[in-house]
Amino acid sequence: MSAGEERWQRVNLALACFVLDPAAMGGIWLRARVGPVRDRVQDALYAALQGHTLRRLHPGIGDDALFGGVDLSATLAEGRVVRTKGLLGQPAVLMMPMAERVKAGLAARLAAALDAQKGLSLVALDEGAEPDETLASALADRLAIHIDLAEQGLTDSPDLALDLEALAEARALLPRVTMPDSAIAELAEVATRLGIGSLRAPLQALAVARASAALSGEDRVESADLMIAVELVLAPRATQIPEAQQDSAPEDEAEPDKPDDPEDNPDQTDDEDRIDLPPAEMLLEAARAMLPPDLLARLAAGRAVRASQSASGTGAAKKGNHRGRPLPSRAGRPGGDARVDLVATLRAAAPWQPMRRKLADQHDRLHIRMSDIRLRQFEETSDRAIIFVVDASGSAALARLGEAKGAIELLLGQAYARRDHVALVAFRGEGAEVLLPPTRSLVQTKRRLSQLPGGGGTPLAAGLRAALELALLAQGKGMTPSVALLTDGRANVDLSGAANRAQAADDATAMAQAIRARGWPGIVIDTGVRPTASLGALARDMGVPYLPLPRADARALSAAIDASLTPA
Amino acid sequence: MGPFPFSAIVGQEDMKQAMILTAIDPGIGGVLVFGDRGTGKSTAVRGLAALLPPIAAVAGCPVNSEHEGQIPDWAKVTDREVVQKPTPVIDLPLGATEDRVVGALDIEKALTLGEKAFEPGLLARANRGYLYIDEVNLLEDHLVDLLLDVAQSGLNVVEREGLSIRHAARFVLVGSGNPEEGELRPQLLDRFGLSVEVTSPKDIDTRIEVIRRRDAYDRDPTSFLTNWRGTDMDLRAQIVMARGALGQVEAGEDRLRDCAELCVALGSDGLRGELTLLRAARALAAFDSDTSVTRDHLRRVAPSALRHRLRRDPLDEAGSTTRVERVVEEVLG
Repeated sequence: MSAGEERWQRVNLALACFVLDPAAMGGIWLRARVGPVRDRVQDALYAALQGHTLRRLHPGIGDDALFGGVDLSATLAEGRVVRTKGLLGQPAVLMMPMAERVKAGLAARLAAALDAQKGLSLVALDEGAEPDETLASALADRLAIHIDLAEQGLTDSPDLALDLEALAEARALLPRVTMPDSAIAELAEVATRLGIGSLRAPLQALAVARASAALSGEDRVESADLMIAVELVLAPRATQIPEAQQDSAPEDEAEPDKPDDPEDNPDQTDDEDRIDLPPAEMLLEAARAMLPPDLLARLAAGRAVRASQSASGTGAAKKGNHRGRPLPSRAGRPGGDARVDLVATLRAAAPWQPMRRKLADQHDRLHIRMSDIRLRQFEETSDRAIIFVVDASGSAALARLGEAKGAIELLLGQAYARRDHVALVAFRGEGAEVLLPPTRSLVQTKRRLSQLPGGGGTPLAAGLRAALELALLAQGKGMTPSVALLTDGRANVDLSGAANRAQAADDATAMAQAIRARGWPGIVIDTGVRPTASLGALARDMGVPYLPLPRADARALSAAIDASLTPA
Repeated sequence: MGPFPFSAIVGQEDMKQAMILTAIDPGIGGVLVFGDRGTGKSTAVRGLAALLPPIAAVAGCPVNSEHEGQIPDWAKVTDREVVQKPTPVIDLPLGATEDRVVGALDIEKALTLGEKAFEPGLLARANRGYLYIDEVNLLEDHLVDLLLDVAQSGLNVVEREGLSIRHAARFVLVGSGNPEEGELRPQLLDRFGLSVEVTSPKDIDTRIEVIRRRDAYDRDPTSFLTNWRGTDMDLRAQIVMARGALGQVEAGEDRLRDCAELCVALGSDGLRGELTLLRAARALAAFDSDTSVTRDHLRRVAPSALRHRLRRDPLDEAGSTTRVERVVEEVLG
């Protein structure tokens, strides 16, 4: 069977487990682009979820729709308050397309609703194209089943049809499924060794194991069910590759940071259960086979989980009355691009109604005067994203990276007040690497910057290109990017990674001009002992100031950057 | 179905201690819980709500007034009987509008009766109880400002839409969040009396016990709650007793000196650090049925009372907890 077919079978099984008891699973995180493969999964879900209430959310949904609110038109028509029922108030399966665009606020509210265990579950359809665009981690943590269909071909994906009768039988069996006590220990151990911190994951794995047992018509959880739970729930969340454990050495040497791993061999503990459950090793083996092939690469680049992102992607519109944080409405005339705040207008008009009705002698309508009209106002302050592009080549690399790191942390120290996000791109050898995506979190920064590589050639153009891409992404999220380049040398590696001084210089100039075309603020800091003429030219190409700052330390750097990037 | 019992939470002793201390002495001023996902932060808050002893309050009063004299004049209270109410624990959702938090014109009355009436918000409901903010570090700036002001004065003043209303809003602020998602403003940090850091338990036996208990609760909440009710009630009795004993706990001159020396050595801003440290140590002494505050009590509450009040030094690799522990070691020996 091909890998695609196997994956498709797992998808089938995952859907069956979910449909069996949606609320216990929390939900599904389905990462797939819109297309026939995803449609098939959705069709199967819709067919199997007959009898459940299905509701659709969208990432921009407001509190009124979620929690219920006053239905204005009905209220006005009936003369008494009519409230709408919120989506979260009743048991339902919530489908959410474009889940990657869910903002932190909505994610937190949905997470709270899922935690309340009122029969809600969520199918998050994540259409993210870039690794950065992904479901908020607060939500991902609460959805038991993670499915990634990015590489699933259509030929491997025949129509899915879940056997509804079998499901009904399994559903009847589910409450009676028992679980040997050792299963909990095994799932917990596997989760720990896969580097899964959250304790929700093993609990969700338990639920999946139970569902899987019920699906196979058993009233006890067997080893195969645990295997399935590991494959469906634990493996996709792995943050480290488990090392094989020596049979003779019960101590877990693979994880020096978790010295408390118990020495129990699980296969000795469940004699009274009379079931030959696989020891954690076998489960780990199953997980290992499932681990994404690029896990190592992802781990090397840093934690795969991103900080909360609000990928609005609509660019930075900073007009007064379109988006941003709402300010109190003000009285004014509608027209132009101002929007009427209906509720505030009604509020302003409400106290006058009895009097106006008497004056106008018309009792069947609302009396709204021009003076009642209230207009919406919004305020949006744009966050800065300072992108450090640091030359990690040559001998001075370590010192320079160290100072850049210090400057980043200093800037982040004031980040809350200044609304700064900071990112770090390092370039050396044949290319550039994003060491720190835009963040405001000191904690995350320290974790990521603890080890910085150095040495090699100077692929200046590649560094600038990485910065440009990062800046575009940041701008897409409504931030104002600026680029701070720290280097002491001239480019000697071109965009393709070949050591070619002339081509490298041309490429660097081209990239600098591309950055200039965007009109972002920035600075080029020459950390060399003597100023390099070519860097001054590069700064002119980028349209930013050039500042020779030999032997700069972290404080001088952050002060210089702060001064040059703050508009006068 | 009740929430997961507080006393059934495995480990996380720091967090549990901090919450119990604020239950004994609400004047300590709130708890900030920062840590990883899935470590039982919100579980603990919900469990605490069920654990707290009920309060005596006027039945129909929107701000849980203790007796008739405290009912604000804007509230049209019909049921003036004093009854036992559970201690309010109010959730402040992230996206809450200012209207919902401070209260606003009652649109229902405005539309139907043409009457200008005040509809109390979350702050009114949280009076004499707890206000819980999950993901507090993602809270909108303008709400943060508002909360700071109210938490400071104990009074909610509403001046909007032609309304001019004020009511008492004294509550214990409980915030939780994940530090990877953003930092908290120092001003807000300072308003929390205690701050604790929670991490996923690394010890596998602890993890297994967490999962086992949670699974048992999910499968059969009724019998799980029955099993733990006794432990919860014992804890409640201990809290009630500690509240009564709080006034008698002595804190000698030496202890005051210890507090001051600790804060000077740490360079914490203002005097809030000393005061909180002393109050927390006194509450802990009362909880332990001791008659005076000892250095041991100080040692046990110092990290949570002080770690969030240090000047942030981004270049310091060691976390603030380590710094506090180091200084406690030096000062208290």
